[in-house]
Amino acid sequence: MPDLLSVKNLKIEATSYPPGEPPKVVTLVEGVSFNLEKGKVLGLIGESGAGKSTIGLSALAYGRGGVRITGGEVLLNGRDILKLDRGGINSVRGCHVCYVAQSAAAAFNPAHKLGDQVIEASLRHGIMSKEDAKKRALYLFRVLGLPNPESFGERYPHQVSGGQLQRAMTAMALCPNPELIVFDEPTTALDVTTQIDVLAAIKHAIEETHTAALYITHDLAVVAQISDDIMVLRHGKTVEYGTTKQVIEAPKEDYTRALVSVRQTKRDEASDQSGTLLKIDHVHAAYGNGFKVLHDVSMHLSKGQTLAIVGESGSGKSTLARVITGLLPPTEGRITFDGKELPKALKGRTNEELRRIQMIYQMADTAMNPRQTVRDIVGRPLSFYFGMHGGKKTERVGELLDQIEMGSRFLDRYPAELSGGQKQRVAIARALAARPELILCDEPTSALDPLVAEGILNLLMKLQEETAVSYVFITHDIAIVRAIADSVAVMHRGRLVRFGPKSKVLSPPFDDYTDLLLKSVPEMEIGWLERVLKTRRMESAGN
Amino acid sequence: MESGPITGPVLTDGVAGETVPRSADLSGVPAKPNPAAATGEIGGTFWRRFVLRRPLVALILQRLGLSVGLLFAVSLMIFGGIEALPGDFATTYLGQSATPQAVENIRKDLGLDRPWSERYLSWLGGAVKGDFGTSWASKNSVSEQIGNRLGNSLFLAFFAALISVPLAVGLGMLAVQFRNRLPDKIINVISLAAISLPEFFIGYLLIMFFAVQLGVATFPATVYDSMTLSERLSAIALPVATLVLVVLAHMMRMTRAAILNVMSSAYVETAELKGLGTFRIIARHAAPNAVAPVINVIALNLAYLVVGVVVVEVVFVYPGMGQYMVDAVTVRDMPVVQACGLIFAAFYIFLNMAADILAILANPRLRHPR
Repeated sequence: MPDLLSVKNLKIEATSYPPGEPPKVVTLVEGVSFNLEKGKVLGLIGESGAGKSTIGLSALAYGRGGVRITGGEVLLNGRDILKLDRGGINSVRGCHVCYVAQSAAAAFNPAHKLGDQVIEASLRHGIMSKEDAKKRALYLFRVLGLPNPESFGERYPHQVSGGQLQRAMTAMALCPNPELIVFDEPTTALDVTTQIDVLAAIKHAIEETHTAALYITHDLAVVAQISDDIMVLRHGKTVEYGTTKQVIEAPKEDYTRALVSVRQTKRDEASDQSGTLLKIDHVHAAYGNGFKVLHDVSMHLSKGQTLAIVGESGSGKSTLARVITGLLPPTEGRITFDGKELPKALKGRTNEELRRIQMIYQMADTAMNPRQTVRDIVGRPLSFYFGMHGGKKTERVGELLDQIEMGSRFLDRYPAELSGGQKQRVAIARALAARPELILCDEPTSALDPLVAEGILNLLMKLQEETAVSYVFITHDIAIVRAIADSVAVMHRGRLVRFGPKSKVLSPPFDDYTDLLLKSVPEMEIGWLERVLKTRRMESAGN
Repeated sequence: MESGPITGPVLTDGVAGETVPRSADLSGVPAKPNPAAATGEIGGTFWRRFVLRRPLVALILQRLGLSVGLLFAVSLMIFGGIEALPGDFATTYLGQSATPQAVENIRKDLGLDRPWSERYLSWLGGAVKGDFGTSWASKNSVSEQIGNRLGNSLFLAFFAALISVPLAVGLGMLAVQFRNRLPDKIINVISLAAISLPEFFIGYLLIMFFAVQLGVATFPATVYDSMTLSERLSAIALPVATLVLVVLAHMMRMTRAAILNVMSSAYVETAELKGLGTFRIIARHAAPNAVAPVINVIALNLAYLVVGVVVVEVVFVYPGMGQYMVDAVTVRDMPVVQACGLIFAAFYIFLNMAADILAILANPRLRHPR
C-alpha cells in the first residue's frame, strides 16, 4: 500500500530579528523523515521548541509567521505539495488535509455560527452540497458526542464550553472527508475529565471515518492511547521513531526513557499531621457582581507540610489562594495563621503578616517585571522586608540563587534571557527571599514541559526539607499530588468535595467526582483509554 | 464656539500605523456581561439583574441615557461659555461711541439684565421645543433660518459621506489584500498627502484646477431654492471632493489597521488552513470582527462632515450652518451662536452614540448571550 504522506529530509528555517543585531536565520527542524499510511495515526511528541507543530503544519505546506520550509519533500499521495502554487495549495488545504488547533476557542471565528464554520471548507471546495454538508456535520456532531447535535450548529463559539469547541473543531476538520488530519495538541488546554471525553471522541471519529492523523502532543501518555507509531522530537531533530508499543515499552534512547518515566516520583505523606499552621474555617467568597465562587470551604495545613488543592478550571482553587492572601476578602468564615486570625483584606495586614505568606504563580513570565534584572527581582523583598542593601543584599541574592540551583552568574540577566524553568526558579527565589512560612503555589509547573516541571517539583521538595516551609500547592494534576502532597483537598464547583491525608483521599471508597477525576488521568499504558471507557460503559449499564 | 479643527479630523488613539490600540473585537464596548454570572446565582438590585439577563438592551439604554445627559451638560457649557465671552452684542451693535444709557436700553430689550440662570432655563425650555428664540441682528426666528441652512449642510455632508465611506472601506480592504506591495503603498501615500494638507488649501487647489483652468466645475458653490437637483449636485461637486479627500485617509487607514490586526488572529489562520482565497478570508472572516473600530472612526468622520465643514463652507461660499455661525459670531448674535453650537453638539453626540450602539450590536457575545 503506498504511503499517504511521506516526509523526506525536511528542513525548516525562520529568520529572527534580535534587537541591535543583524537578522539571524535559525534552523527549526532538520533531517526529519517519516511515512504515514492511510488510516494510521502517527504521534509527534516533544517539549516546546521541539518543532512538532512546525512539522505538523508542513503537511499543509504552511509556515506560521516568518517560518519557511527550505528543504526536503512533503509527498501527499506521491505529489510534492511544497512545489504547488497558491491555488494548488488551497485545493489541498481544507480538502485533503485538515488542521485541528490547540486552542479551539481562538481558532473559531467569534462572528459566525459553529455550523456554518464547520461546513465552510466542504462547500468552498465543492466537495458536497449544502444539504449533504449539513447532514454530515450532524452525523459528526453525533459521533463526537456533542449535546443536542441538531441545534449545536446554530450556536456561536462563545456559547459552548471549551471541550465542546475542541470537538466541534474536530468535526470541522472531519467534515470535508479529508485523508489526513493534523491534530495540534487538541486536548492540552482541557481539564482531565474533559480531555478523556475529547480523546475518546477523536479516536472514535478517526476510526469511524478511516482518516489518517498526525497527533501532536507533549504528553506521551496521551499519544500512547491514540497512535500507531510515535516519533520523539527534540530541538528539531528526530530522537526516536518506532511503533507505539516499542517506544512506550522498550525505549531505545535516554531522552525517551526520561519521558516515559517522568512523573513517577511518589512521596509518602508525613505521619504526624498536627501543629496546624494554616486553618481555613467555613470560608465563603463572592466576586464583586455577587457571583458566589466559594461555598463553605474548610481545611487546614500542618507546619512544614504540603497541602495540595486539586480541581478543574472553575473549581475555585485559585480563588481560595486569593482569599488566603487577602486579595479577595471572604464574605464569611475566617482564616487562622499560626494560631492568630488573619485580617480579611490585604490592606488590613501588617508587613510581618504579609512576609510570612508568599506566592508563586503559574506564569512566571507575567509575574516578573521584564525590565528588572534577576538581582532586582529577588532583591526587592530583601529590601522591603529586611531593609537590606548593598553588598549584604547581593550576597543574600547569591545565596538564594545557589539554593535554586542557578548560581550568581544569573544576577544580571533579564527575565527574557531565561528559559521557562529558570524563570519559575527565580520566582521561587523571590518567594524564599522573604523567609516565608507558607508559600502558595498556583499551578507553578502546568506551563512547563514535563522534564522541566519535574525539576521544579524536586527543587520545591528539597527546599521544604531545608527550610521547613509549608506549601499550599494548587494543581489540576493528580500525578503532582501523588508526588508532593501530605494532605489533599479536592474541589469542584466552589465546594470542597474531599479533604484529608493523601493516603486516605486517594484511596477508596471514593465519592463520584474524585473517582471520575482519578480515572481520567492518562496512564503511560497502551489500551488505558479503552479500559477506562469500558468500565464506564459497564457502570452506566449497571445503573 | 470654536470654528472646527483646521486640518481635518484628529487621529484618535494615535492610530497612524499598523496597529489598533484597542482590542479589535471589543473596542467601544467597555462593559462585558459576566458569562459565569448568567447561569449562576444572581444577587443585587433590579438594574443589576437586568444587566445580567439582558446585557444588550441594558447597554443600549445606558448609552441613550448617557447621551441625553451629555447633551444637557453641553448645553450648559455652551451657555456658560458664551456668557464668559468678552464684549457683548450691545457694544458691537452701537459702536465704540455709544452712550451707557443706549447700551443699557438694548441690554434691557434683550433681557440681558435678568440673572443668567433664569435666561438659561428659558432658553433651554424653548430649545427642547425646537424654538431657539429670535436673532438679535436680523430679528428673525432662529429656528426658521437654521432650518434652511441645516438642510444645505446635511445635503453636502450626505453626499460626502455617500462617496467617502464606501471608498475608504473598499480602499482599506484593497490595501490589506496588497499589504506592503505597490497598491498598498500608493493608497497610503496619496491618502496621507490628502490628510496632511489643510482643507482650505485643498479647496483652493481644486478651485484653481477644475473651476479656473479647466472650467469644468462651478464656483462659487452657492445654492438657491430655485435650483434643480442636478444643478445643486454640480454646484457642490468641489466642496464634496474636498471633504472626501479630507476624511478619506483617516477611515481608510483605520480600516486597514483594524483588518490587519484581525488578520493575525488564530481564526484567520484556521480560515487559511481551510484553503480559502484571500478575498474571502478578508471579507468573511476578518471584516466582521474589524467592524467595531471601523464604525467608530466612520462615526467620528461623519460627525466631522457635519460639524467641521465651517472652513469648507466659507471657502466655497456655501450657505450652510457653518457660514451662518461664523457670521453670527462676528456680530455677537448670541441666540444664533447658541443654537448652532447646540445643534452641532447634538449631531456629534448622536453619531457617536450610534457608533457605540452599532459596535455593541456587532459583538456576537452581546447579541447572542449564553
